[in-house]
This record gives sequence, structure tokens and C-alpha cells, in this order.
Amino acid sequence: MATIKKFMYVNRKAPYGTVYALESLEVVLIGAAFDQDVSLAFVDDGVYQIMKGQDTSGIEVKNFSPIYSALGDYEVTKLYVEKESMEERGLTLDDLMPLVYEDEDDDWAEKDSITVVSRAEMAELLEQQDVLFNF
Amino acid sequence: MKLAIQINEGPYQHEASDSAYLFTKAALQAGHEISRVFFYHDGVNNGTNLTTPPQDDRNIVKRWSELATENELDLVICVAAAQRRGIVDQGEMERNGKSAQNVADGFRISGLGQLVEAAIEADRLVVFGD
Repeated sequence: MATIKKFMYVNRKAPYGTVYALESLEVVLIGAAFDQDVSLAFVDDGVYQIMKGQDTSGIEVKNFSPIYSALGDYEVTKLYVEKESMEERGLTLDDLMPLVYEDEDDDWAEKDSITVVSRAEMAELLEQQDVLFNF
Repeated sequence: MKLAIQINEGPYQHEASDSAYLFTKAALQAGHEISRVFFYHDGVNNGTNLTTPPQDDRNIVKRWSELATENELDLVICVAAAQRRGIVDQGEMERNGKSAQNVADGFRISGLGQLVEAAIEADRLVVFGD
């Protein structure tokens, strides 16, 4: 399949409470096999999906947050987090999991997957995509 | 234009399914191609033949089946989402030792790769949901 499209998965909802975040991640993992130009966006309550220290023992659902740490192995290395969404929720980059990948074009140097972008920059990123998966 | 459709919500609970149906029908009438309709999340419930709505209400499942027959639509239910929610075809019934199958006419169960493939091949992916 020669076509390479810009795919962005837009995560807008909290990780628990509804199944959207988990089932979004399932599409990302399957989609990784299709060699597209993939990125993930985290906006609104979606920023909670990649918070560190998640503990779901009180609600008896699976804590799937470790899967985000594995995204680098699937060559999903572009995670954009909206600055305003974090600020509105009193979060900073330190509250998020340190998600990284190994850059094969740079002697496997470990690099950050997360980029914090402004709302205006996020709008530009959305504009550049061929396909938007909204979850 | 070649369009792929994704439906993320179940019937009756949420208007997304109605909107997707009406959009799909209008797009076909306007001469567009619908390459695939993919049912995800609770959207898989649009494909159960056990649905029995009141006589004076629209039959959302039957409506999709009829549209599929008339236009040779490819209606695909996500297998992972379907397994969680009890939407089962003959193969899944046998594999998982279930007592029944309930996939409506014109629908088939397949993997998420079908959604990604449809998004790559279509000119536009149109998503209906919250």
C-alpha cells in the first residue's frame, strides 16, 4: 500500500468513565501496522489519559496506562498535548508520564514523545491531517 | 467522492446512528461512493438482529440492512468491540462457545484493520459520535 496519510488520533475524554480512551488505543495499536504518518493529540479531559500514577484499584477496571509507554515500540512517537487543556485542569508536564522513544535515525537516542502545544498550534496540526480519528 | 463512515454510538440511545444513516443515504443519492461503514464502540449494537423497536418507531437495524442490500454496502462490526458487547456471528459463536448468533443481515464482523484500511483508501472518513 503506497499511500501514506497523516493520521491523527484526537483523544478528548478522561481515561475512565467511558471506554473511548481504551478503544482509541486499540485502534492506534492496530493502525501502527499500516505504516502511516501517525500522531496522537490530547485535548480537554483527554490530557488525563497520560497522567502518571494512575490507580484504578478502587473502580475495578483495568489500568491500561502502561500501554502508552509502549507506543514508542510501535513507532508511534508524536504525542501532542494541548497546553491550555492542561492549565485549565491545573496540570503541568511533570504530572504526565515520561513517554519516550528510541530514535533509529539518531543512534537509538532516547527522545521525548510528548510535545506541549498551544491551542492555536493544535488547530494548525489538525488542519494538516488527512484523517482525524476522534475519540 | 469516496467516503468511509465510522459510527461510535448505539441505536436509540444516541442520534449519531440516525445521523450516520441519513448522511449515508443522502451521500449515495448524491452519487458518492460509500466504501465502508464501520461500527465501533457501542456502535456495534446497530448490527444486532435481536432489536425489536415499537411498531410506530423507526427500525434502525433493519434500515441499515435494507440500505446495504440496495446499495451493496460493506457494513463492518468491530470484532473486539462486539465481543465485549455480545454481538456474535456464527464463527464467533462456535469459537467462544456461545448459545446464539445475532448479527443482522448485511453486516459482517471483522477487525479494526478494516477501519484503518478504509480511512487510507477513502477520500474522507466521516465519524459520527460524541
